[in-house]
Amino acid sequence: MIHQYKLNGYNIILDTYSGSVHVVDELAYDIIGLYEHASSDKIVTTMKEKYRTNPEITEVEIRETLTDIQELINQGQLFTEDEYKDLSIDLRNRKTYVKALCFNVAHTCNLSCEYCFASQGKYNGDRAIMSFDVGKRAIDFLLENSGHHRNLDIDFFGGEPLMAWNVVKQIVSYARSKEQEYHKKFRFTFTTNGMLLNEEVTEFLNEEMDNVVLSLDGRKEVHDRLRRTVNGKGSYEHIVPKFQQFIKNRGEKEYYVRGTYTHDNVDFTNDIFHIADLGFDKLSMEPVICDPKEPYALTEADLPEIYNQYEILAKEMIARNERGGKFTFYHYMLDLSEGPCIQKRISGCGSGTEYLAVTPWGELFPCHQFVGDEQFSMGNIWDGITKPEIQAQFKGSNCYTKAECQNCWAKLYCSGGCPANSLHATGSINGTFEFSCDIFRKRVECSMMVKVAETIQAMEV
Amino acid sequence: MKRIITLSTRKLVDTVKHGGCGACQTSCQSACKTSCGVANQKCENNMNR
Repeated sequence: MIHQYKLNGYNIILDTYSGSVHVVDELAYDIIGLYEHASSDKIVTTMKEKYRTNPEITEVEIRETLTDIQELINQGQLFTEDEYKDLSIDLRNRKTYVKALCFNVAHTCNLSCEYCFASQGKYNGDRAIMSFDVGKRAIDFLLENSGHHRNLDIDFFGGEPLMAWNVVKQIVSYARSKEQEYHKKFRFTFTTNGMLLNEEVTEFLNEEMDNVVLSLDGRKEVHDRLRRTVNGKGSYEHIVPKFQQFIKNRGEKEYYVRGTYTHDNVDFTNDIFHIADLGFDKLSMEPVICDPKEPYALTEADLPEIYNQYEILAKEMIARNERGGKFTFYHYMLDLSEGPCIQKRISGCGSGTEYLAVTPWGELFPCHQFVGDEQFSMGNIWDGITKPEIQAQFKGSNCYTKAECQNCWAKLYCSGGCPANSLHATGSINGTFEFSCDIFRKRVECSMMVKVAETIQAMEV
Repeated sequence: MKRIITLSTRKLVDTVKHGGCGACQTSCQSACKTSCGVANQKCENNMNR
């Protein structure tokens, strides 16, 4: 399967099953488009007719291009067959070990963001802070159930995890004390709204956290519209200087300033550029996930402008690479030469199997987005997974098990999509949230185009 | 090739043998939290490079 498209003056061919990316001229683009459906002689006739006014396109040129295409096919870089169907079955039957836990340390928040999927941190339940006893046991649970995995990922999440600050410090200290004994390496991520950032917190997070995610939606009026304190006051003025100071002290360590865009700011590139102009250079911006009845919910009618915005973003990133002010965008960080293996591309985020979320009470869910949905309560950190049938559902769901994914050229970039999004949109984790797929495919097209532009720029230098 | 430039990419089929080790970061731990994208994950398995 291939996907061919034109963007920003480039003709791009993506070969789905090899992962190869080609940039071609008009003639090669046209021939590749016909290649699977017409004979060589028919292609030559068609091309001679199409380019009859172009003296450079001779029959010899057309046949040479056909030979080059055949060479790419022989090298397994074009029109490659799907060799992974059996592998996808093996992955569904494999024994899995837990390698990542989302620690929902605080089911409470000091902001009251209208679009919060966690219902202002409460996850449709009671407010709570995780105790150290629960946190300690959750670390032990991970150590005991992590099998061969050496790198163990822990994400402090909420609600607002800084509202559980003392417990976070204790959990980190406890986890570190166990690394040597178990031959494991903990890698921590911390997601915060920044309201409680101070010098002590900054120093600790910059020392201990491998990654920090800072929530900022962009322009002041956009951010303050939905990210307000419980008293209804906007949080932009309070957090931006704190984030700037935090980043100044962070050095080269990983972080993301992560925003959410909604129907109210479909021109979200203005927010991304605003954040970049504030001095942040590792950015992420996600479409809002919410009930379609909400006034800020994205709609089908927003899609053309959303596509346009992703193109604007890609072009601006290319321009900034040349003129300065460069930043990275999470969804455009394709690693073509050292990216994920095929197993990762098929098995996806690992929710419900390798990745679980733990509540302040020690209850286990497939991921943070399922917390509070009792039908997905899988067990707890004392008894382990008590409902293996839920785990089996997640293990058995990937891009090879979803009918809608079979003919999608992007399936090895999204693994079949987010199970939580699928559940909320279709009622099943095996469903397909087409709106999300449309956005995803556009992002892959744009990110690939950025890679093509970088390659061409490098060749010109 | 005169009319085709191929970017330097990893051949996916070559990753089958040593893939699936789980050393890489769990994708939702990075920045998205509300979507699934694995293509931007960096492989941490030296055998697979």
